[in-house]
Amino acid sequence: MEKIICACGHENPFGTKLCEKCGRPLTEEVKNQKVLDMRYDGIAIRSKTRNKSIVDKIWNFFSSVKVGVSLIFINLVAASIGTIFPQEFYVNVATEAEREIYYEETYGSLGKLYYTLGLSDVYSSWWFQILVGLLGISIIIASLDRGIPLHRSLKNQRVKRHESFMKRQRVVAEGPVTAGDSAKTLDLVEEQMKKLKYNVRREGNAILAERGRFARYGPYINHVGLIVFLLGVMLRLLPGFYVDESMWVREGDIRTIPGMDGYFIENEKFILELHDNEKTEAQIQQGVNAVAKNYQTNVKLYKQPDDALPGQTDNLELVKEYSIRVNHPLKHEGYSLYQMDFRLNELKGMNFALTKKETGEELGDVSIDLTNPQKEYVIDDQTKVELLGYYPDFSGFKNGEPQTATSNPNNPAFIFKMTTPEKPDGEVSFVAIKETVEPNGDNVYKMSFKGIETRNMSGLTVHKDRTIPILIVGGIIFMLGVAIGSYWNHRRIWVEQLQDGTIRLAAHTNKNWFSIKKDLTAITEVAHLPQFIDQVEKENNEDGQKEKEGDSTL
Amino acid sequence: MDKKKKRSITRGVILVVLLAAIVYTVYSSATKDKVKLLQVGDKAPDFELVDLYDSNIKHRLSDYEGKGIFLNFWGTWCEPCKKEMPAMSNQYAIYKDQGVEVLAVNIAQTEFEVKNFIEGLGVHFPVAIDETRDVMTEYTIDLLPATILINPEGEVEKIITGEMNEQQIASYMESIKPEQE
Amino acid sequence: MSLIDLSGNLLFIAFLAYLIGTLLFGGAIKSNKPDGAAKRADRWGRIAIIVTIIGFLAQLGYFITRWMYTGHAPVSNMFEFTTAFGMFIVGAFILIYYMYRLTALGLVALPIALLIIAYAAMFPRDVTPLVPSLQSYWLTIHVITAALGQSILAISAVAGLIYLLKAVDPKVKTKGRFWLEAVLYFAVLVIGFIVVTVTFRSMGYEAVFNYVDKNGAQHEIIYNVPAVFGMNEYVLLTDDVMEPIAEMPPVINAKKLTVVFWSFIVGSIIYLLFRLISRRRILDLLHPLVRKVNLNLLDEIGYRSVLIGFPVFSLGALVFAMIWAQEAWGRFWGWDPKEVWALITWLFYAAFLHLRLSKGWEGKKSAWLALIGFAIILFNLIVVNLVIAGLHSYA
Repeated sequence: MEKIICACGHENPFGTKLCEKCGRPLTEEVKNQKVLDMRYDGIAIRSKTRNKSIVDKIWNFFSSVKVGVSLIFINLVAASIGTIFPQEFYVNVATEAEREIYYEETYGSLGKLYYTLGLSDVYSSWWFQILVGLLGISIIIASLDRGIPLHRSLKNQRVKRHESFMKRQRVVAEGPVTAGDSAKTLDLVEEQMKKLKYNVRREGNAILAERGRFARYGPYINHVGLIVFLLGVMLRLLPGFYVDESMWVREGDIRTIPGMDGYFIENEKFILELHDNEKTEAQIQQGVNAVAKNYQTNVKLYKQPDDALPGQTDNLELVKEYSIRVNHPLKHEGYSLYQMDFRLNELKGMNFALTKKETGEELGDVSIDLTNPQKEYVIDDQTKVELLGYYPDFSGFKNGEPQTATSNPNNPAFIFKMTTPEKPDGEVSFVAIKETVEPNGDNVYKMSFKGIETRNMSGLTVHKDRTIPILIVGGIIFMLGVAIGSYWNHRRIWVEQLQDGTIRLAAHTNKNWFSIKKDLTAITEVAHLPQFIDQVEKENNEDGQKEKEGDSTL
Repeated sequence: MDKKKKRSITRGVILVVLLAAIVYTVYSSATKDKVKLLQVGDKAPDFELVDLYDSNIKHRLSDYEGKGIFLNFWGTWCEPCKKEMPAMSNQYAIYKDQGVEVLAVNIAQTEFEVKNFIEGLGVHFPVAIDETRDVMTEYTIDLLPATILINPEGEVEKIITGEMNEQQIASYMESIKPEQE
Repeated sequence: MSLIDLSGNLLFIAFLAYLIGTLLFGGAIKSNKPDGAAKRADRWGRIAIIVTIIGFLAQLGYFITRWMYTGHAPVSNMFEFTTAFGMFIVGAFILIYYMYRLTALGLVALPIALLIIAYAAMFPRDVTPLVPSLQSYWLTIHVITAALGQSILAISAVAGLIYLLKAVDPKVKTKGRFWLEAVLYFAVLVIGFIVVTVTFRSMGYEAVFNYVDKNGAQHEIIYNVPAVFGMNEYVLLTDDVMEPIAEMPPVINAKKLTVVFWSFIVGSIIYLLFRLISRRRILDLLHPLVRKVNLNLLDEIGYRSVLIGFPVFSLGALVFAMIWAQEAWGRFWGWDPKEVWALITWLFYAAFLHLRLSKGWEGKKSAWLALIGFAIILFNLIVVNLVIAGLHSYA
């Protein structure tokens, strides 16, 4: 590989801008800068060094910050597209066909287009995932490419730098000491810098005072955190890492918990509480009658014995009783059960009275538990009601037979056979809500409707996410990195005393010039150094309006 | 130049790994179902359900080893379920002696409804109710009717969703019939 | 005086203090005679910052007393959140002020806080009970940290605006001049919104409509400004008020559209009147005020506030948000619009930092980016909360 040999004799890798040893500018471009570009300390960014094979070209593509920033913006725009209309998972329809209709009906032809283009589920689209993935690759490669050489260069810093490096720093000073004995100047500087918590190294007549070097690693640390986080998200796809199921369970029922083998849940009670506040202005404006205060399902969690098979539910062991509320999921063995939804007042029981039509005389009550209807309901030894048919969700007749659309008691219908002393052979009657059919002509008796019992239903979701610890670690690393990179800064001050006793000073910080100047002011005063100048500011002021130097209060 | 080559290889490997990760992510999130579905060739999950008529009879899949199992999931509201039941009953009468067992699993309905329905149709094969939907969940049943054919080795031979006619039922039972010694 | 009245009064005091503070900062920056000017500026500036701190303490008092009264951190509806956002902006300004002692910041930060608090006051101010999903201590932690982060980031826009007010030459026709004036015009539109709301509210204007929503259900809605746009299949129930001119499909909230329309009209009229009377751009008026500020310092303040704000924002709007979402819904991320926009804001500032660090986007470019960042934050506050419905929606 080509090397660049500096005037000081040091061999630098190709692409280096500032000599690794003495700091001399090495390229024409850098030599023409009035103030050196100190990004990455002038190291050779790995990708910039070679550009030959296809592997190198791809590598260099991802290593570029320009590409990285472009990817950030592309991701940003792609993510925003998904918020134009609601995403599919927030639309409450069951089938794909209904979904398409929903988007068209609600949002017109734009909605249809949105759906057709797949933007209604943009975050799970292949191209969005690829975009995020590309950003991930960019983060990894750009960090590797810059982080490693930067680390090496910071570790091997020389105390003494060449004049051409010193003079081209943003903040510089040169000249004789303003007072006192120039022989003591460096000692004074060293002492004061140590007071300001700088790490001071001294080699002969040169000093390098450095503080907060670790701040330079902040960006790389936070990128590691991001990568760990993305990795965690990816791991979800591996089998067994992630469970996301939902279930409905009615009060009084025991159901198997999907995704959580061997566990069952019993819904003891669903509770809905409302705030009893006076209607607020916002409620009136939005037509909201009452604001919910609590959604709660009291549950019992059961577990099968270890050797039990699916379907064997006779020996369930009670594991836990818990009240699942929003923000208070039931947690067990890495699984969590969340209160998500509810349905109130589903029919549970219906009460009838066996009634003589003519007189209205009631022979007895019959209450039918819809969760467990019986074959016959005996009133006395001569009077009984037989249940010939039960159709929980009556949807009409087909070939003379009643049909049920689902197994849910949305519209219960019954066929009764009423046996009474008066009609010992029985009378048959079909009874549904708002509909009675008497197939054998006019009956003497009827089942008159008396009332209902209801129960509620809870919608729960079941989650297990074994990637959470990885995400937490990623998050912590990221936050640490961001904090280190943002709240600390790397300040360096080079001081050299020339043969004739004059002082040459240069200072650099990766950010927060305001503070480093404060430090400089302090050592300038203590060690009687020549006044430093900010070359960037000077430049700006020279081609701007004439202004008073350092007019920072306004 | 050895060093240069080595670096190129390192870069290549890193790039390949990263690209593979993306491809894997996109591929598996596009093809993967939320739950691992039961598939042909899987070992049929063992289960035990109580017979509809005799609570002393427990239908345990492993007890039927060596027989072909015709496992049918159904509900009374499901019209095709109802249609295929008489044919199942007829064919069961034929294949019963040849080592094929039928089990019709109802999805969490009431005993009254199920008995009423079965008796109304006049069909004859073992029936059980999956009260907690445990078996149904285990077999990842989504739509009804669903029939799982389990061969004498206890593996899933075929998964049929939707209605079957008598001819199909006959050939399915034939396919899981154990070999005669 | 009950706690809630006390709370309201404290907020009013804070508002007045910020108003006076603005004028004082104006005074501090105006004096430009060479002899003794620096001293006088210093004195004005000191009084200004004291008044600002008094205002901030009063608002903190409002915040605490309201918290005591409602039993939860007052960040649970549009009024409360926006007010708190205004307070945090002032807080962030005070912080940055003591780091850099730049009085000019106050001249822009305080009016922005004033506008935001006034905007907040246009929403229903009564105490709203918490729905179950908000009943969590994470409401306090997540919302306050996120708002704090946004406020510090907002200071970078303050610095950026001052930077541009100085750096953009009002006498030369440039793209920069056009867009900067557009930013100022937008601020006037917000004033328009406040004027419209206050005017019709003081008149007690009310028009009641029935309408049919997208699910086919009938609702009643009250307009507090003359209805220009009617809701889907509206029926006007109030006598002697204006009939809507156009009917909107159910997916558009015609009431909000009407308010936006009126704000736009009134704001534009105010702007045009200003232009006609003064015969100058707003930019021309403000440019000389900031003539003396140090551009490098402003640039550094802008960068610094992003550096300080970005980690706080990341923590509040992403990390804490994810923890809470995991706790409440079982998934730490759900692509809810508000979540997505928090992510967008975060990505934007990440891009800002990268552009600055590696591409050397400093000065004007950086200032423009800071303004765009603030625009995204405002988009979050206004459009995402009010227009794009989601789990986080306040209205």
